[in-house]
Amino acid sequence: MARRRPSTTPQHEGPDAARLPMTEVPLPGVDPAWSRTVTVASTAPVEPVPGRRRRWHLLDNAASLEAAGLTPRGTVLAVHGNPTWSYLWRDVLAAGLDPDNPWRVVAVDQLDMGFSERTGLFRRLDDRVRDLADLTAALGLDDATTPVVTLAHDWGGLVSSGWALEHPAVHRGVVLTNTAVHHDGSEEIPASLRLALAPAAHGLLTERTTAFLDVALALADPSLPPEVRAAYRAPYATSARREPIRNFVADIPVPADHPSHARFEQIAAGVAGLDVPALFLWGTGDPVFQERYLQDLVRRMPHADVHRYEGAQHLLPEARDIAGPVMDWLADRFGGGPTRRELHLQRRATARGAHVPFAAELDERRADPGPAVVDMAPSSAATGARAHVAPVRASLSWAELADRVDRLAAGLLGIGVRPGDRVNLMVPPGSELTALVYACLRVGAVVVVADTGLGPKGLTRALKGAGPDWLVGIRKALVAGRALGWPGTRISLERLDPVSRRALGVAHDVPGLLESAPRADLPASDADADAVVLFTSGSTGPAKGVVYTHRQLSAMRDAVRGTYDLAAGTGLVAGFAPFALLGPAMGTTSVTPDMDVTAPKTLTARALADAASAIRATAVFLSPAAITNVLATQDALDEGRRQALARVELVLSAGAPLPEPLLERLQALVPAATLHTPYGMTEGLPLTDVTLGTIRQAGRDSRAAGAAVAGAGNGVCVGTAVHGAELGVTALRADGAPGDEVTTGPGVTGEIVARAPHVKDRYDRLWATEHLSTQLPGWHRTGDVGHFDAAGRLWVEGRLAHVIVSAGGVLTPVAAEHAAQAVPGVGRVAVVGVGPVGRQVPVAVAETVPPAARPGPADPLLAGAVREAVREATGMDLAAVLVLPEHPTDIRHNSKIDRALLAGWADAALAGGRIRNP
Amino acid sequence: MNGKHRKDGPHDDRVPAYDASVTEGAPAAGTGSHGVERGPRELSGQGRTVLVTGASGMLGEHVARLLAARNWTVRLLQRRHAPLADRSDVEEVLGSVTDPDAVARALEGVDDVVHLAAKVSFAGDWDEFVMTNVTGTRVLLETAKRAGVENVVFVSSPSVAHTGVSIVGEPARPADPVHARGNYARSKAAAELLALEADGRRLRVTAVRPHIVWGPGDTQLVERIAERAARGRMPLLDHGAALIDTTYIDNAAEAIVRALERIEWAHGQALVVTNGQPRTVGELISGFCRAVGVQPPTRRVPGAVARLAGTLIEKVWAVRPGTDEPPMTAFLAEQMSTAHWFDQRTTREVLDWTPAVTVEEGMRRLAEHYRTHPLGAHDAPVPATGSTAADRG
Repeated sequence: MARRRPSTTPQHEGPDAARLPMTEVPLPGVDPAWSRTVTVASTAPVEPVPGRRRRWHLLDNAASLEAAGLTPRGTVLAVHGNPTWSYLWRDVLAAGLDPDNPWRVVAVDQLDMGFSERTGLFRRLDDRVRDLADLTAALGLDDATTPVVTLAHDWGGLVSSGWALEHPAVHRGVVLTNTAVHHDGSEEIPASLRLALAPAAHGLLTERTTAFLDVALALADPSLPPEVRAAYRAPYATSARREPIRNFVADIPVPADHPSHARFEQIAAGVAGLDVPALFLWGTGDPVFQERYLQDLVRRMPHADVHRYEGAQHLLPEARDIAGPVMDWLADRFGGGPTRRELHLQRRATARGAHVPFAAELDERRADPGPAVVDMAPSSAATGARAHVAPVRASLSWAELADRVDRLAAGLLGIGVRPGDRVNLMVPPGSELTALVYACLRVGAVVVVADTGLGPKGLTRALKGAGPDWLVGIRKALVAGRALGWPGTRISLERLDPVSRRALGVAHDVPGLLESAPRADLPASDADADAVVLFTSGSTGPAKGVVYTHRQLSAMRDAVRGTYDLAAGTGLVAGFAPFALLGPAMGTTSVTPDMDVTAPKTLTARALADAASAIRATAVFLSPAAITNVLATQDALDEGRRQALARVELVLSAGAPLPEPLLERLQALVPAATLHTPYGMTEGLPLTDVTLGTIRQAGRDSRAAGAAVAGAGNGVCVGTAVHGAELGVTALRADGAPGDEVTTGPGVTGEIVARAPHVKDRYDRLWATEHLSTQLPGWHRTGDVGHFDAAGRLWVEGRLAHVIVSAGGVLTPVAAEHAAQAVPGVGRVAVVGVGPVGRQVPVAVAETVPPAARPGPADPLLAGAVREAVREATGMDLAAVLVLPEHPTDIRHNSKIDRALLAGWADAALAGGRIRNP
Repeated sequence: MNGKHRKDGPHDDRVPAYDASVTEGAPAAGTGSHGVERGPRELSGQGRTVLVTGASGMLGEHVARLLAARNWTVRLLQRRHAPLADRSDVEEVLGSVTDPDAVARALEGVDDVVHLAAKVSFAGDWDEFVMTNVTGTRVLLETAKRAGVENVVFVSSPSVAHTGVSIVGEPARPADPVHARGNYARSKAAAELLALEADGRRLRVTAVRPHIVWGPGDTQLVERIAERAARGRMPLLDHGAALIDTTYIDNAAEAIVRALERIEWAHGQALVVTNGQPRTVGELISGFCRAVGVQPPTRRVPGAVARLAGTLIEKVWAVRPGTDEPPMTAFLAEQMSTAHWFDQRTTREVLDWTPAVTVEEGMRRLAEHYRTHPLGAHDAPVPATGSTAADRG
């Protein structure tokens, strides 16, 4: 994610940037009116003469608020760490001047730091907490009638927490960013800090040179602009002014015999008792205040809202816009009414009728000897005479599955898995994964399912974000986990030899768990407790964790069962990951075909047919990539296998909408089946359903003269809402942003919003993302744009982030892309906007057949043909048609074109000059 | 639409200066109702005389014809007699815009002026540009004030604000005589500043900047490009991918006439006029060539090399001028290798106008024209020196 910073008032940038009287260095982003000096009598124990007056420098936006006639809702007391100063909070001061949500922000320079007085004393933690109390008393904050919220970074977290514990009467909230209040000594402190703490090194690093300062400033991501770097250094120009940095570093109270240790333990313990609203904003790329310090804080304040900024480094306020989220959070928490989350919980959809536990069907069939889950072996194993026999690798009856789940549940409890613990399952789909999932849910553990398709880096990020307590994996996963540092106590799927066990850090194994006797004393299940964490595709930025509760998981089961009318006992080929787990919950018999699960496109027609024939399956769930490969390999089918597929009554392709021609070819392979290609996303699956028949009808309607069905066309028809789901759009305004009225009026283009009992509970540890996604409490914003037609069908027009905001209004890309792709010689097309938002012009970027040798403008004749086709279909006037050998796509799907990248590339290409590769 | 743009009128507090000449159907003038708020009104040509300078060029001629069709009495100021003046509803005064006497004669009894006359060239002496473009404009404006002219439309060029960097979706920026590229653009920039400075209570002045005007019979751009391409002298710069705005001739003429009709909204500002359909340079050149019937260029030259070559050629040309324009100038190279397309929202709102002819329709008309008038069949194009009208932003 690019650094986003709210635009600071222009007069504070550049050569005219504000200067404070105490420095020649310009301070971009600071209003000089904020700078003030206060002299306060000190009560710090370190002072040899009690009551000695000390001079403080602060940035305080009170005067600016007053000048603007704004009455603040409260005060943010912002405390920097080492070796920064109040400059760190300049954006928060500016954001506090929002007339709709005014906050006074008092950002202090701690004594001996920034532009505050150099006292010449070694101020320890206890002194600093006293110092802050002296200051707030002098400022009158101790008698504030409005809330005081502490905001802190780095070691400011400890100081401000110490202050908070002593001012319970006014302290009403906590915001912490990349900090720590405790280090338990069980793990070594981070290497970079250890270096600074080494007595020989730290004087050298912190006082004689600006090295410590430089390292700290280098911990910003992306690197700071030179003028900002200069502003951070401004108060630390000389060795004398830097000396306190050394003291600050030396006062990091790690060893138990450290003079500040007791105070440190006392504050850390006190924080656990704070029950005020809290927000933790965390850059996950911080080599000093690593993820475990966040987890420590979450353990102390489990009610806190958390937002993790993937990859952002230590100086989080420089790396990301935190002022926006902080102000949003303050408005939400202290705005007077219920919070958005509270409203969302009230208004969102819940299933009608009593909650039926996810595993209820499995419990009912615990005596059933019929097959529940079947795993297929590689079909190449059976050749020649036995080629018609489907090779089954493993099979569990309902009774066996129920018994296995009971034993695993007992085993998990036995090794210490507690309700709410997160268990990462790195096991391929099949009977073993199924049993583990149901066992985890049975004991109240939260199943974390990360798709290996995210790639090692994406997977590692996702897993560190979810922070599982346990990792159950096949050997390959344990090896990768060892190398990549995945969290969680290791449980091996197989029994390993002692050497491997030790090498991979394995504590337990599944065969061992299965030896446990079933227990009756399982923890009571809570329908509203977390059940699973799934991950988004990561096609737009890092994958996001999505949390479902037990109630929502049951609703997903009911939505799928209800929409597709899957009777108990139906044979189901489970080739689409999230739905594969629904089989036993729906009472269907599931078979997992032989395929490499990390690459859906490895599913062959033969493997599919073998799986279908093994259980006489009538329903098939597949991903689009798998379907493409099945069609590509269908020539290898013999007559018997063709007949197995001819028995299929329902095919469901989930993941991305399948184009009509592909569906037509699929229909020929499964002539008896109704083909469904539902629309949905990790946050709500499925939301709509559409059949090939409906798609054909919709196509006819969109081509019909005289607009027989108002709104038909301009997009991909994804049908109507599934069982239990409600959909609408929020019309886009002229600037491309969605409004807040939900409508289903025909032809109104807007962001698609969904309300359903099976929509996610929340994003995991992404408070700001969740806040935005529930901007209309009760609804989930999908980030897609589309419209309804008069027949109530939804047409998807693209991603909200990809709409083109032209001078004439908002344009959506999908229909234009489809029209362009129909031109002979044209492959995949992305239509992107070029130019400034509000004045963008649409440009088509196309792959060609045969592929272009190099990126550049299309041949003028081809450009003309594409422009004409697009104009005919949509009325859109393409400014240009560019071609390139291959679109940049995200690795996981190899299907989603990276449009943001393309738009930037097209912008540069069409500005003139040489054209580079995107 | 009266009143629709009232809030956008740049000078709401002004009393219209020409009560006697407002659109038919307006309240009778001189009723003494000074305190009554009245919105801006569009001009009608009925009963009004307009002087058009530079009507010997393609754009000037189109503008003159259109004004005549809108009931203006049209008078032309030009150096040589043109067939257009043979029409019964068109008067003609022969002379140069730099000659105060000729201008004074031409302005007798004139209500409105559309000033297109300019020296348009990619090369040439600075003094010549100043004489025609700056002095000519000054003479015209000063004489117009004395003659009681009410409205002036100064036809300018977006190049007056083009400093060589790409322009992507921006509105009209102020004319910049110091940083504009080339003598033509610098002199036009100075002239535009003069013209807009003259805008006031009694004389209203607006500047319209049509960007790259083209159309059938266009000797300046279309035929020049086609001829160079036919001779293999028309390389594409870089990939020919720079996105540029152009204006089909009919749209440019209509916009200029609208600027006069809506001068109450338009005065005091410069408006860039384009088709609002940016296209890549390569596609435009290829389209022109195909329409004229010659092979489009395929040779590519890096933009930086072309700019350098252009600068050198310009210098050589200044010492030893050829008979034609230099094959490439730094200005032309820049124009063809950097994006320049504009935000047309203000223009369209102020003029209450949208282009009627799309780029594609224009290309069809161009091809139709050259099918019936093949390029080699008539006299070779006249070199674009001296006072002509078509503008080549």
